[in-house]
Amino acid sequence: MGKLEGKVAFITGAARGQGRSHAVRLAQEGADIIALDLCSQLETVAYPMATPEDLAETARQVEALDRRIVTSQADVRDASAMQAALDAGVAELGRVDIVLANAGIAQQGGPEPDTYKTWDEVIGVNLTGVYNTVHVAAPRMIEQGDGGAIVLTSSTQGLTGRGGDGSGATSGYAAAKHGVVGLMRSFAHWLAPHNIRVNSVHPTGVSTPMVLNEVIGKWIGANPDAAAMLANLMPVEIIEAVDISNAIAFLVSDEGRYVTGVTLPVDAGFTVK
Amino acid sequence: MAGRVEGKVAFITGAARSQGRSHAVRLAQEGADIIAVDIAGPVESIQMYPPATEEDLAETVRQVEALDRRIVATKADVRDTAALKAAVDEGVAQLGRLDIVLGNAGVFEIQPALELTDDAWREMIDINLTGVWNTCKVALPHLIEGGRGGAIVLTSSTAGLKGTPNTIHYTAAKHGVVGIMRTLANEFAAHSIRVNSVHPTGVDTVMIQNQKTWGLFAPDDPAPSREKAAPIFESTNALPVPWVEPIDISNAILFLVSDEARYITGVTLPVDAGYTVK
Repeated sequence: MGKLEGKVAFITGAARGQGRSHAVRLAQEGADIIALDLCSQLETVAYPMATPEDLAETARQVEALDRRIVTSQADVRDASAMQAALDAGVAELGRVDIVLANAGIAQQGGPEPDTYKTWDEVIGVNLTGVYNTVHVAAPRMIEQGDGGAIVLTSSTQGLTGRGGDGSGATSGYAAAKHGVVGLMRSFAHWLAPHNIRVNSVHPTGVSTPMVLNEVIGKWIGANPDAAAMLANLMPVEIIEAVDISNAIAFLVSDEGRYVTGVTLPVDAGFTVK
Repeated sequence: MAGRVEGKVAFITGAARSQGRSHAVRLAQEGADIIAVDIAGPVESIQMYPPATEEDLAETVRQVEALDRRIVATKADVRDTAALKAAVDEGVAQLGRLDIVLGNAGVFEIQPALELTDDAWREMIDINLTGVWNTCKVALPHLIEGGRGGAIVLTSSTAGLKGTPNTIHYTAAKHGVVGIMRTLANEFAAHSIRVNSVHPTGVDTVMIQNQKTWGLFAPDDPAPSREKAAPIFESTNALPVPWVEPIDISNAILFLVSDEARYITGVTLPVDAGYTVK
């Protein structure tokens, strides 16, 4: 029997990359999935973002595991659209036990004609979006009365500012990801009396389209100092999405039943370096 | 289905009972063989709970063998590097390899800072800090020689991340364990040896379930008890539980030493019901 049999997980940014990996990993452990993704391009993001076809592929992979999935296209900055997506998922799947605030963007290395617009968009998606994600789901979890687990995807940039260069992209990303730690700690207090646990994960570079793309590649190539600073401690250049999914599967399962308020790096030693 | 640490060998200190025994059994359930050590006898300055015994260590052996795993158990003190080295060397000779190291052995005593004797300070630091380093020191050559990487988990405490009154020696030692963890994570990363620490809140073992600890939580009560102490323990955690079980620490350690955590190193992982975030 899976570790998450009978549970329902609400996952943002689920069309591809880490989000899809989480959906599949949790489905392997028996969970049904409420998947949400923007599935369109944002103006300040230079690499191609996920598409409706990507989200459909996530659905196909979850269904291939004989689990159910309800997908929605919505912007995490739009709380009412998020609420509608969550409600539609709960209407069909019956409940929500797990929340993974995974949706995020990275604008590093892209053109930045208006630094304030870049800043606004990354704060909107990577920080306010996380706030919205938890706020639309937590009341339902409290009402169910049998606890739950929330994992917020921060970053090594939620624990250090290495590589900062004053751009809206690097500053905004680090500020948003540090802010996620504040949300995690505050939510952990709010929800602990309801046996709802809240933790954050802090990946180093992960092999996904957000990291492995032409824009980031050029940026790293042009900034060898930053590249050296962003190297891992362990002899591994980049880690896989499933490594983050495995950490999340531990945190949301009964094996992590008393783990809350924790920042968990999955970073090949990046932050301890 | 293959266990999550199938075919691996784990060296565990303080394995006679409580958390250490739980770790041995949990890892054995997932396919590991065990090298177990314990002092299995008294420590002079630790008076508030009874010491582990040779019978306790024998019971750990029995439980691991009942799972059809092998175990090499030795009565050894983590302060005695030569004895510790002999124990791990003999274990590796018999079981063929070493993959996992759990620096779990530790003691606990409550004492107002200014009433603590020099000897009691020294004994605590020797066991809970130097003993952890000794454990790593005798095990690391085997991990390096194996050439397959490895995973070390050092048992610190919430007292390794926060200060609390009446535990100056314990808190200093447990903070020091984090320093050992972070240094070794850096020094041996190139060998793919991962080093992390776990930070339990109160665990339901004799180390907290004793008259003196209950009394600390209820200083005005002439007859303190587990039941009366529970709500006070609970008030220190964020989650509505007074303490956690040894298995909760074992499950966190199992995750950390398994391939599921193959890129997690240098991490302080609280298993503390929200104690440190509170």
